[in-house]
Amino acid sequence: MNRREFIKIAGVGAGSLAFATPLFDFSKGEVLAPDVHPGMYSKRTPTYCEICFWKCAGWVHTNDKGKIWKITGNDDDPHSNGRLCPRGTGGVGMYTDEDRLKTPLIRTGERGKQVFREASWDEAFTYIADSLKKIAEEHGPECTALFTHGSGGHYFGNLLKAYGSNNIAAPSYAQCRGPREVGFIATYGEGVQSPERVDIRDTRCLVLIGSHFGENMHNGPVQEIAQATAKGASIITVDPRFSTIASKSKFWLPIKPATDMALLLAWMHVIIYEDLYDEAYIEKYAYGFEDLKAHVAQMTPEWAYGITTIKPDVIRETAREMANASPRVIIHPGRHVTWYGDDSQRLRAVAMLNALLGSWGRRGGFYNPAKVAFKQYPHPPFPKPDRSWKDAFPGKYKLAGLALASGICDATVPTTERDCSFKAWIVNGTNLIHTLPNQANTLKAIDALDLMVVVDTMPMEITGYADVVLPECTYLERYDDIRVSPHREPTIALRMPAAEPKYNTKPAWWIAKGIADKMGLGHYFPYKDMEEKLDWELKQLGTSLDEMKRIGVKKFKREEDDLYPLQNLDDFEFYTNTGKIELFSTAMEDEGYDPLPKYTAHEEPPYGYYRLIYGRAPMHTFSRTANNPLLSDLMDENSVWVNPKIAKEWDLKNDQYVWLENQDGVVSKTPIKVRVTERIRFDSVYMVHGFGHTNKKLSRASGRGASDADLITRVHIDPVMGGTGMRGNFVTFRFEAGKEVAS
Amino acid sequence: MRYAMAVDTRKCVGCNDCVVACQTENDVPVGHCRDWIVEVTTGTYPELQLEIRSERCNHCANAPCVRTCPTEASHYAAGGIVLVEESECIGCKACITSCPYDARFVHPEGYVDKCTFCAHRVEKGQDPACVSVCPTHAMVFGDLDDPNSEISKAMATRKWKSLIPEAGTDPKVFYLL
Repeated sequence: MNRREFIKIAGVGAGSLAFATPLFDFSKGEVLAPDVHPGMYSKRTPTYCEICFWKCAGWVHTNDKGKIWKITGNDDDPHSNGRLCPRGTGGVGMYTDEDRLKTPLIRTGERGKQVFREASWDEAFTYIADSLKKIAEEHGPECTALFTHGSGGHYFGNLLKAYGSNNIAAPSYAQCRGPREVGFIATYGEGVQSPERVDIRDTRCLVLIGSHFGENMHNGPVQEIAQATAKGASIITVDPRFSTIASKSKFWLPIKPATDMALLLAWMHVIIYEDLYDEAYIEKYAYGFEDLKAHVAQMTPEWAYGITTIKPDVIRETAREMANASPRVIIHPGRHVTWYGDDSQRLRAVAMLNALLGSWGRRGGFYNPAKVAFKQYPHPPFPKPDRSWKDAFPGKYKLAGLALASGICDATVPTTERDCSFKAWIVNGTNLIHTLPNQANTLKAIDALDLMVVVDTMPMEITGYADVVLPECTYLERYDDIRVSPHREPTIALRMPAAEPKYNTKPAWWIAKGIADKMGLGHYFPYKDMEEKLDWELKQLGTSLDEMKRIGVKKFKREEDDLYPLQNLDDFEFYTNTGKIELFSTAMEDEGYDPLPKYTAHEEPPYGYYRLIYGRAPMHTFSRTANNPLLSDLMDENSVWVNPKIAKEWDLKNDQYVWLENQDGVVSKTPIKVRVTERIRFDSVYMVHGFGHTNKKLSRASGRGASDADLITRVHIDPVMGGTGMRGNFVTFRFEAGKEVAS
Repeated sequence: MRYAMAVDTRKCVGCNDCVVACQTENDVPVGHCRDWIVEVTTGTYPELQLEIRSERCNHCANAPCVRTCPTEASHYAAGGIVLVEESECIGCKACITSCPYDARFVHPEGYVDKCTFCAHRVEKGQDPACVSVCPTHAMVFGDLDDPNSEISKAMATRKWKSLIPEAGTDPKVFYLL
């Protein structure tokens, strides 16, 4: 192989550039020696990923023309260990996507019809500031809410707080991991957090209930599962679908959907009555063991068999598999756990099972994460709002720790009982049309708004309903707050621009500050730009913006040597009422909820209908990546997985397109391709979430695949914390489109 | 020196990171790819097996593409890497027809393109881009003539297979079982 050959392979005329002088700004990032192809220089700038919320740190490589070339992981980052997932690697496509929002827009047509006129930033800010001031005068600032999913949330959150409202909601709570936090806090006094504090690297047995790592590409756990299994760890996967991770598991339990609670209770029964639990650990730390023992006395594997379809000997064998690994065992809490409405209780059962096996606070179980004490750039104290979203729901969802996106949506629909419903929404980085269940309700809420501002990088369905659309630049074109994440070792990571913002797009911090200035709230954003803010914050930690530009990620020492605080039965006071691990939850009892989780039978699919199960594909995040040119090239539509027996009954063939109709007569807006596969139970169908876009401005994604969100019209609300259970919908097949024509 | 790659089917989750990394590293035009994922399900519910493979040009030691190329554009380079000299390629597609692995495509600029084992990286002692990004470390690349290389060790200690061995192409991409 000689050099001439690979210059040719580069296929970009590299030869002529061979010894060109690098043209970049040396003050930004690090310039490397020839790295692209011979004679081409590249520069790398640090970032952390925004494609999902694992936020892996990496390097953005640009070539000598300033063109973003590729993104790779940062070796010092515990989230990525130097290796990004396909979405992180494909993050370049978010930047190059020619369908991006390009300039501020003000709506001129009917809501949802995507008719806008272009506006200047100043004009857009004036429009928003005037509307918000009017709403504050007429209804109070508390009638404005923020929905956010991503880095911009911090700046818009501060804008909202400065204005006088603390109604800040992320769909990642009530639509995703909220029940898990509530279930674990009720048991241990602490939540699972993100990244999850699971010590997969050193575990000997990992139990996954509905979690589909490998398809869900949360980078850290996927990497650690590969490491752990290579060292001999076993995996037990509970899933009605033969997922990728099920195929790599020692045990696959193809459970009847909606019956997981019975399995968890039966496992606890076996572990208690076969004396497989960690006696010393339970003796020292647990409260309510005898109550639990009595509670599960009748919940035998034989009892659970009739409910779950999992054979009693398999339930016993898997319980023993876990106990053999104890305490290096993890019954994984999962992440998207809003399924059936009793989710906080199911996650309580998960937490309790871990406690019986002594895995919390132990190596190979759950570690104690640490993060640096981070001081934000100082600003004046925010005014105290008179009302919060909770006032709309007196006596309900008492253990909700964060605002409910769905709750705010519900409280926007005007009723006679409430004196003020929400009048304005600011929506940043979340496509609520696909994110919230029950679209009809969401649209009714939007219809009642005086103002909706959407800040996004892409034209999504939600942007069509906005009064003002503000185009955010992508994460590759901006500074953001320092990533301060809890992990085995505390780390911080820097995101800085690798290129100038394309088109007339701006970073979220600049947008929030601009609106604040217009409203006379500029003093809450007392910095000139992000460089000033970040440098001040980093100097408080003994580093600086200059250093972080060079290294991207900085590790700190743990302040205390307490990664596994319960490893040797050390004294420990839990943040619960009793100071113990509460197998019997006093907090639940105090609020009138079941102190011990009970099995509830959930509705089953009617004849000819199948339970709608949805999940993730490794190359996509929710509905936000469907138009990314690199990622849509890998997967540009979803399919509906159908068991061959069911396919035969309906005469369905592979690659045939069908519409899905749910139990309420709602038909998918777009057709979906059939995938006949043995990998799914006969009583369920499966589809990947995030497809079925109807916004025609998404040239690659529009009309491709179908949206599960369209079909989730029935929502089972978790009474404990308001989570929206979305797995109680059933669909059947239709061979023609519904009456409603896709907008 | 004999370069080869082994893909651990036990570790591979089929995430496609190798595919995107190749596309960005080598500026492969959208709509084409030099590597790809194959998933094979066998059995009937609930007794199922799933094999996932990251596939690409096999860099065969007895390569039909090299044999059939009328202009010698397809050739063996150092370490047995099979490359296409694009300036010599006339786009006749004989190589595409002869490849049993369907590993080649016509680049929009008119020449035939395929996996190069990232020869430009390998020359600098780096792994190919696909190997370097794999989140589960499912791929190893190295020299089969070096008994201490990671790939030689993997091949010595694990069961493995190659694809379509009956074609007699002597492929250099292996799948650890």
